[in-house]
Amino acid sequence: MKHVLGAVRRSFQPWNDPGAKPFIEFRGVSKRFGSFAAVDGQTLTIYEREFFALLGPSGCGKTTLLRMLAGFEQPSEGTILLEGRDLAGVPPHKRPVNMMFQSYALFPHLTVENNIAFGLKQDRLPRAEIRDRVAEMLRLVRLEGFGKRKPDQLSGGQRQPVALARALAKRPKVLLLDEPLAALDKKLREETQFELINLQETLGLTFVIVTHDQEEAMTVADRIAVMNHGRIVQIATPAEIYEAPRTRYVADFIGSVNIFGGTVEPADGAAVALAGEDGFALRVANGAQRPPQGAPAWIAIRPEKVRISHEPPPDPARNAVAGEVWDIAYLGDMSIYNVRLASGKIVRASLLNAFRTVERPISWEDKVWLSWADDAGVLLAE
Amino acid sequence: MSMAETRTPLQRRIVTWIPYFWLLVFFLAPFLIVLKISLSETAIAMPPYRPVFDGLAGLWAKLAELSGANYEWIAGDPLYWHSYLSSLWIAAVSTLVTLLVGYPIAYGMARAPAAWRPALVMFVILPFWTSFLIRVYAWIGILKPEGLLNQFLLWTGLIDQPLFIMNTNTAVFIGIVYCYLPFMVLPLYATLEKLDPALLEAAADLGAGAIARFWQVTFPLSLPGVLAGSLLVFIPAVGEFVIPDLLGGSQTLMIGRTLWNEFFANRDWPVASAVAIVLLLVLVIPIVLFQNAQKRLGEER
Ligand SMILES: Nc1ncnc2c1ncn2[C@@H]1O[C@H](COP(=O)(O)OP(=O)(O)OP(=O)(O)O)[C@@H](O)[C@H]1O
Ligand SMILES: [Mg+2]
Repeated sequence: MKHVLGAVRRSFQPWNDPGAKPFIEFRGVSKRFGSFAAVDGQTLTIYEREFFALLGPSGCGKTTLLRMLAGFEQPSEGTILLEGRDLAGVPPHKRPVNMMFQSYALFPHLTVENNIAFGLKQDRLPRAEIRDRVAEMLRLVRLEGFGKRKPDQLSGGQRQPVALARALAKRPKVLLLDEPLAALDKKLREETQFELINLQETLGLTFVIVTHDQEEAMTVADRIAVMNHGRIVQIATPAEIYEAPRTRYVADFIGSVNIFGGTVEPADGAAVALAGEDGFALRVANGAQRPPQGAPAWIAIRPEKVRISHEPPPDPARNAVAGEVWDIAYLGDMSIYNVRLASGKIVRASLLNAFRTVERPISWEDKVWLSWADDAGVLLAE
Repeated sequence: MSMAETRTPLQRRIVTWIPYFWLLVFFLAPFLIVLKISLSETAIAMPPYRPVFDGLAGLWAKLAELSGANYEWIAGDPLYWHSYLSSLWIAAVSTLVTLLVGYPIAYGMARAPAAWRPALVMFVILPFWTSFLIRVYAWIGILKPEGLLNQFLLWTGLIDQPLFIMNTNTAVFIGIVYCYLPFMVLPLYATLEKLDPALLEAAADLGAGAIARFWQVTFPLSLPGVLAGSLLVFIPAVGEFVIPDLLGGSQTLMIGRTLWNEFFANRDWPVASAVAIVLLLVLVIPIVLFQNAQKRLGEER
């Protein structure tokens, strides 16, 4: 599993290595349906053995991007390369790429075994080898004993591994997964996410997964491409996406976040000051860009980085705002507080429930202070 | 509350019995009458048979009078055997040809843009808007030696002598294929249209070319349509009378014609009825066996 192999994984960063050879390349790829651009001039590089996630809201073009790689759609513009070879004009059945479909698309007239063997039979492998590989695949996805069943004799949760085994049986160079876990319940989904990571690492394949579940993308992927309206907004590791989103859209899409808007003001040292729309000034030390004075900008702060207390913070250097507890959600491991500022803005703070009893718990309608360090927030220019 | 819940058990039973009632009135009753006639003896009278029993009085005594003579007669005369076999053969060949012609049509329809499909289905059933008889007559005009087909072929220079298709088994094949084509196309279209395109994409993704995709995915999944269409063509074609009578020649032996001759030319209703009953058995028994076998196969899986 990923955490076991963490040491190996940490050094796996081909995207930071200028000498690394790209495995899959999208170069200025667009796909238009009529006048509507489902994918709009996107460039993207995926490296060998990478677990890459395409993340975005419904209709943003994730499936379309994947289908172009599988060969079911032809790009309206641009080229797609696999190991440096242009895939234009290569039909789906000649691409060393296999896909696990969103609907699974299992052949209803074939048994589980024959579904898995389908691709191997197309390659006219010897019978004995096909049998061995099917058995191996069934073992890999833990479906031994189900081989003789037809898909309609399986539960939805049992069909998912069949679809996975069928797509893996041919040992493709790239496995494409279109929302592979969408039909599973939460618990099974989480287990399967770890199984996918495990599989990807044992088989040493390149996986490209499409999902609109940000937690899933964060769990499985080495890198995530966040998409919106046919464009990739940011490509980065899960930690970078979470801690250093490039835009308000990304910050908002991944996890929950508080966003304050304002204009840039002069500040000392590394920090940037923001005269807020809500009538107070905030300071932030993070942010790739440093917008010019007077320009509009935003600060994004994650709820877990906001401290909530009855007393004003002792350190005057911290950013602090006062408000009233509006709502509390108790989630067991942590509590989430929605605090209403004088301006009416709701700011969210979360607190780990590290102790079973607290001396003076924060309760509804309490007057509280919210505070955070200069480097807790991220400055965003767009 | 749903409809089903508001129904009393009696009402529900009535609902399930309606189809059986129709079957009784429109199939079983005429069948029993025919069966009764087939078991009686010929008489020159009006109607031209001697009833074996009327009413329930003296039923048992009359039952003893039932005669299997007509069946013995049929079994003994090779004419009937030949008619049955020839009918089955002609119907089987016609069904196969109808399938070969109908499958590409249904396939094309199912692949056509969704907006065109209702219109295409309309075209397939359009012939039903004119009389079946007139359409068969029209084929005489096409197939006869000086007919449209020969005129056209002579004009193109493909042949220099007219083809004699009219009054042969070939004409009967053409007639049956033409008339029953919609019954083949519609069930095929229904199964092909339901076929999930993702399955074909999955097959392509796994390395299957166009031909492999057809034989390994499309065709097996359309088998229910193939079966339904074939039965819809085969069963009426076996007993077909009009087409062999109008397009076939004197040597075209089909049981429908034999039956017609017994009824109207020989006025031998009992033998004609026996012929009809045997025809029914010939068709029903294989179908029932087939369905049972299929069901058993389904349960095993
Ligand atoms: N064949 C098509 N013809 C016309 N428009 C299409 C076609 N396929 C996709 N689109 C449009 O392209 C856009 C992107 O579709 P796509 O299936 O890639 O979305 P997605 O990101 O996978 O969404 P989801 O999460 O809902 O699966 C959508 O607005 C969709 O309506
Ligand atoms: Mg999709």
